Amino acid sequence: MQNDSFIEFNRVSFGYGDRLILQDISLKIGRGQLVAIMGGSGSGKTTLLRLIAGQIRAQQGQVLVDGRDVGRMNQRELYQHRRRMGMLFQFGALFTDLPVFDNVAFPIREHTSLSPEMVRDLVLMKLHAVGLRGTEALMPAELSGGMSRRVALARAIALDPQIMLYDEPFTGLDPISLATIALLIKKLSDALGTSAVMVTHDVHKSLEIVDYVYFIAGGKIAAAGTPDEVRASDSPWVHQFVHGEADGPVHFAYPAQQSLAGSFGLEGA
Amino acid sequence: MMLDNLLAPLRHLGHSTINAVWKLGVMSRFLLAIIAHSGQSLLRFQLTIREVYFAGVLSLIIIVVSGLFVGMVLGLQGYNTLSRFGSADALGALVALSLLRELGPVLAALLFASRSGSAMTAEIGLMKATEQLEAMSVMAVDPIARVVAPRFWAGVISMPILAALFNVMGIFGGYLVGVVMIGLDEGTFWSQMQNNVDLHFDVINGLIKSLFFGIAVTLIAVFEGFDATPTAAGVSSATTRTVVTSALVILALDFVLTAFMF
Repeated sequence: MQNDSFIEFNRVSFGYGDRLILQDISLKIGRGQLVAIMGGSGSGKTTLLRLIAGQIRAQQGQVLVDGRDVGRMNQRELYQHRRRMGMLFQFGALFTDLPVFDNVAFPIREHTSLSPEMVRDLVLMKLHAVGLRGTEALMPAELSGGMSRRVALARAIALDPQIMLYDEPFTGLDPISLATIALLIKKLSDALGTSAVMVTHDVHKSLEIVDYVYFIAGGKIAAAGTPDEVRASDSPWVHQFVHGEADGPVHFAYPAQQSLAGSFGLEGA
Repeated sequence: MMLDNLLAPLRHLGHSTINAVWKLGVMSRFLLAIIAHSGQSLLRFQLTIREVYFAGVLSLIIIVVSGLFVGMVLGLQGYNTLSRFGSADALGALVALSLLRELGPVLAALLFASRSGSAMTAEIGLMKATEQLEAMSVMAVDPIARVVAPRFWAGVISMPILAALFNVMGIFGGYLVGVVMIGLDEGTFWSQMQNNVDLHFDVINGLIKSLFFGIAVTLIAVFEGFDATPTAAGVSSATTRTVVTSALVILALDFVLTAFMF
């Protein structure tokens, strides 16, 4: 599955100013594969998604999608590339001044010239797919966190994308909503055959649904493998992350310059 | 060290000047981008019409009421001063000329900036803070074309109409005070106005002014929203900047335009 890669990172580096976020990252995501990128907060996971979407460009290396380098696309090509892509944002990013129906219809209306009846049918189908038919007239403010994430998912799949990007899809959800979103992500990936990248730090739910996992730490790939390989991994870092231990290869304490005694002015006393 | 302290204010001045010039440059490029991406707001005109409703129609109350009171105050003050020189008959001309040339365009623009300009900045800033603009761009929809340009044109269209309405209400307010309350001759009031007001020189020039104000205020409003730091504090300070910068630009621009026109 790894050979037929649809999204490929070739020795990619990216940083803001002097601060390197990603260093020499190489990874492959196969056609129809659901891949999780895991790592602590601030490890550069979301940057990876933004590179695929072409919102930022790699400073070194290539980000290839279907054989084409995203970093070299001009504005028009980039927009064509994005039309084949759906993205679920961390908090949904629904348009707050539009009802659910118009939110889901937004990409359809912007990119196709389908008749209003056709748009209506498509929107209802997408809402039905996420189990929210009947909410068309509600405003985003009237939805719960889990529901708005599902509406955003319906909007992201409105044009049947070939690539799905999920940015922390489980953050801030109750266990039931979390399970629902995970089920939907799995079902949609299977049904649409999309290549999907999911950035997350929810280990257990992700290992249940994804095909492959990459761990990122300090801007580099720390470990990778199928969920079974990850569970069986003897790497101390993976063990600490998967079991959520406070101390380990990643230290609990911030590396302060001064010793504790020094901070209290007791050094040499 | 001493020299450093002395140079600090100078450095600060230089830094803020460079920042201001930089921002002006970015804003000019932003205006060009808006114009380049205006196709959609004109082809899908309902997008612009919707914004005309929010920016223009919803400003009607404040424009109409303020216009009426400004006209009434002009009537009272004008009558007081003019009657000292025995020329109270010229009240109609005084009210109309002050409104058409200066007060109408300037006050309507100031009100527009605080009512609609601030709302535009807050709305676009919040859309940015809640990733809505980013979501749009990821859906291959350009936020400048879809969000900014329709609001910009709506402001440019609304401003002269609001200024004209302000003038109409102001003149009506002057009439209420001068003729109905004080009892000046109605015929004299209107004929003085008719004789002294020139369509091109006064009315059209006033509307041209308000068109310039419309462009300036709306550009500032959409730019500040788009440029806002995507946090609660960032949006709040961007909204404040819109109102303050707009007010200063309106008054400065008014001086320049008046110097050229009259």
